[in-house]
Amino acid sequence: MRKSNRRLWMIGVGALVLVGASALAVTALRDAMVFFYAPGEIAENPPAVGERIRVGGLVVAGSVSLPARGGANFTITDGLGDIAVSYEGSLPDLFREGQGIVAEGAFDEARVFRADTVLAKHDENYMPPEVADALKKSGLWNENGEHRYGSQDGEDVGASEPYEGSRP
Amino acid sequence: MWSYFANPDRFDHLARRALPICAGVSFLLFAIGLPWALIFSPPDYQQSESVRIMYVHVPAAWLAMFAYAGLGASSFVYFVWRHNVADVAAQAIAPLGAAFAFLCLVTGSLWGKPMWGAWWVWDARLTSMLVLFLLYLGYMALRGAIEDEKLAARSAAILAMAGLVNLPIIKFSVDWWNSLHQAASVFRFDGPTIDASQLWPLLIMALAFTFLYLTLTLMRMRTVIVEKRAASLERRLEAQGVNL
Repeated sequence: MRKSNRRLWMIGVGALVLVGASALAVTALRDAMVFFYAPGEIAENPPAVGERIRVGGLVVAGSVSLPARGGANFTITDGLGDIAVSYEGSLPDLFREGQGIVAEGAFDEARVFRADTVLAKHDENYMPPEVADALKKSGLWNENGEHRYGSQDGEDVGASEPYEGSRP
Repeated sequence: MWSYFANPDRFDHLARRALPICAGVSFLLFAIGLPWALIFSPPDYQQSESVRIMYVHVPAAWLAMFAYAGLGASSFVYFVWRHNVADVAAQAIAPLGAAFAFLCLVTGSLWGKPMWGAWWVWDARLTSMLVLFLLYLGYMALRGAIEDEKLAARSAAILAMAGLVNLPIIKFSVDWWNSLHQAASVFRFDGPTIDASQLWPLLIMALAFTFLYLTLTLMRMRTVIVEKRAASLERRLEAQGVNL
């Protein structure tokens, strides 16, 4: 066998072993490598009181209350579960209703999540303010962050709704 | 086909002609892309002006990964067929890729503080990107640590190839795990989720970065070849007893 062919086989076998090992590692680390747990996952598998974790979800519209002493109380959801969050501290600029956030802290006995850090999660949608306004006006806006700019379903609705009304 | 480019003289001839073209195209694209991205493109509806960091951050991230694919591929060609130009390419790419990865990490951090509220978090995307940066550094350190040049090249090639496993992990980290980093906006199955007025300057900037990368790679490859020649000439003269 030529030397280069032997090296090719070596790399092939090495790559197979490496990819296999990484796939196993990635699967095994599935839980350890998540940055936060969604409310649905928390409901299925409730953590112990006082256990430090991160939870993430969308801020439920109308759930935010800002107590006079500072901080904020709100509920986050992923559609499969809700978590009541109580936070002491200043909120990031992107925090608003419908926004995805990640909170760090622990549950208390009343199953309220006491957060000491709140991070705003930015989604993958980028657009100028005018486009956002136009989408809100045409009713294509989904405050729960599920809105897909320029995606198939968005375009379908867009083609049928705003244009029909303006036709003579 | 590989052996055609494996000749350093033929490579030099080709590089000398390709260099001004790549440099010119890169300059032209930056001349269009920079003002478009940093001044004329619209602010974002949520991030307002901070979105402009994206026009540097995203191309830097892409190029860091693209360069690593190049490092892995040239390491593969060198390791299997022992073509020296492939090894020169790997040697030239490593610090460039490291620079792009570093730029990506720094700009990401600058964006993360005002947007997320944190300079750094250990989520899967950020961590795997840091691993990419460390792989580049490890590659350079390994090459520098082994005295025997051939052995250094072979060992570093194995490290570079093994590190290729990290590329799909970076790409899909935001899909496989809940991460603070947002999901992909451009390369996704259901089309980009970024408005055309922001996508175009981003693509121009990405192309400008790509041609800058090609220009610098060719320049560095030529330098490395000349350095190797000088070193071998020195060795030959020393063997003949000439005192330098």
